[in-house]
Amino acid sequence: MINKWVVYPLLMICSICLIFPICYAFFISLMDGGEILQGQILPKSVTYQNYIDAFKSVPLLQYLWNSFIVSTSVTIGMLVVSSLAAFTFVFIPFHGRNVVFFIFISTMMIPWEATMIPNFLTIQKLGWINSYEGLTIPFFALAFGTFLLRQHFKIIPLELYEASQVAGLSQFKFFYKIVLPVSKTSLVTLGAYGFLTTWNMYLWPLLVTSNDSVRTVQIGIKQLQTQEIATEWGVVMAGVIIVIIPALLLLFLGQKQLQKGLTQGSIK
Amino acid sequence: MKKVELVQISKSYNHHTNVLENINVSIEPGEFFVLVGPSGCGKSTLLRMIAGLEDISQGKLFIGGHHANLLRPSQRGISFVFQNYALYPHLTVAENIVFGLQAQKVPKNERNKRCIEVADMLGLIPFLKRKPRELSGGQRQRVALARSIVSQAPICLMDEPLSNLDAKLRSHMRSEIKQIQRRLGLTMIYVTHDQVEAMTMGDRIMVLNEGKIQQIGDPLQIYNHPANAFVAQFIGSPPMNLIPATFNKQKQTIQIEYHHEILVPLHDVRNISNEDIIVGIRPEDIHLARNEPIHFQIEVVNVEVLGTETIISFKIKDQQWSMKWNGQWRIAIGDRIPISLDYQVLSIFDSKTGTALKNAKADTHYKINEVNL
Repeated sequence: MINKWVVYPLLMICSICLIFPICYAFFISLMDGGEILQGQILPKSVTYQNYIDAFKSVPLLQYLWNSFIVSTSVTIGMLVVSSLAAFTFVFIPFHGRNVVFFIFISTMMIPWEATMIPNFLTIQKLGWINSYEGLTIPFFALAFGTFLLRQHFKIIPLELYEASQVAGLSQFKFFYKIVLPVSKTSLVTLGAYGFLTTWNMYLWPLLVTSNDSVRTVQIGIKQLQTQEIATEWGVVMAGVIIVIIPALLLLFLGQKQLQKGLTQGSIK
Repeated sequence: MKKVELVQISKSYNHHTNVLENINVSIEPGEFFVLVGPSGCGKSTLLRMIAGLEDISQGKLFIGGHHANLLRPSQRGISFVFQNYALYPHLTVAENIVFGLQAQKVPKNERNKRCIEVADMLGLIPFLKRKPRELSGGQRQRVALARSIVSQAPICLMDEPLSNLDAKLRSHMRSEIKQIQRRLGLTMIYVTHDQVEAMTMGDRIMVLNEGKIQQIGDPLQIYNHPANAFVAQFIGSPPMNLIPATFNKQKQTIQIEYHHEILVPLHDVRNISNEDIIVGIRPEDIHLARNEPIHFQIEVVNVEVLGTETIISFKIKDQQWSMKWNGQWRIAIGDRIPISLDYQVLSIFDSKTGTALKNAKADTHYKINEVNL
């Protein structure tokens, strides 16, 4: 056992390093322009003007709404597609199942940036530029999600499947009534992961959107930064704080499940 | 009540070797039929083929007179109890019990009524609201049993349902399962590797080894008249003692060790054609030699005192034998004891095929007692 006096200070230093940028951003968002330029850490007087400005200068609410719609649909779509794929890989035997699975997960090794151009061309051909479809559908099939869920489905005893066959359940009912409820933790983990990744996505929304109607909030922040000649950091940070709130909420709510889900495959 | 018939059934996974071969048996309605054999003998595979969880490679399966090879498990009128119970972990006991009924669209009132009825029969009423993980092994076993009973399927298949229970609970559940089967008139097909379960529960037993039927018969028939050396050694505890021996046709004797010969009566001599034979004797048939001619002087290597009986192990021609004597005996390891082997109680097997050439005369030694009031 390493000494508590070593571990705890170390953990504290790490957490301060991690939390400092967020706190600093929060403090800056409460300062007025002069204070920021002085390089203060704590605000002398608290002002909410930056938040008001942030909402005024770009359609932040519209962006937040777009982000919310995109992230939610990606989360749901990804859960549906990944869980069905994982179910197939675990419970439906067919020739070459393992080969197909390995090809499937080997796509994890292809960097997302490399597939961006073909994906963009596809989206363009389909006429999905500036639409929610273009922002969401390319992310529905996720090799990582399929892999994660497959690992969880594999620990479901095959007898449960056989018992449900004897009871006369259809495959889909077995999936819906047994597999999904039993794998709740993994689904929550994957859902949280999917939501956060989509929420934080920047490059793809930038590529496939060109107007405010479907743009997500990450691009909105970028816009805050570039619209003025001299960037008003207070406003930008106010935007940042607004953007990370949903992510933080999700993290706090889902932390336990997230940990459980990620470590589950390793036990037993 | 339904009859289950297996005609020339074989199972192969790779088209070359059969894991099950030429299985022919017909299981009567309301019968408690036990499939027994060592692990890997194909008994579970056979059960799963009857259930429809495995394909039948060759042969025909009839359930209630109908050809059932291609029916789905749910269409076969069966219920199945799995070795590890296969309870749905996220459902309560009550939900687990009625799960199958829900799938069959049995109306809710009827479902609840049947659930209560079965739970009452198995003493599960206090646990209906609990999840499987909050139950003990025995209680889980009961839930699995309840689930199979509540379906009211005429045929019940069980795959080693008691192997995860401790010894005491196991013997209790043995009689409970048997009673339920009787009361409901189920046709039961029960797989086990435990010969005690097979003997105590089965109306009829099928002994399997390496995918082939060794013998089918009622428990006493199998115990008293084993068809071959495998069955003889598999059924019975401690197992039947076996030893290679030679038969001398001229002298009409069986020679086990150099000095020890056993005289064969004339009418048996023509049944034994081989010179090389295997001699078998049940542990309870070896007696202390008092006035009889001493056949063997043995040295005791182990003694187990069980209270009502004493099991004594000794070495004979590099083989460990055991004998079971009634009552309590004070015998120390290393003691030399004279024993006698009576020809009447010897079983004789062909040393190549293992087929029985002569069975122990059961009627002289195991008198089947009857209670006459």
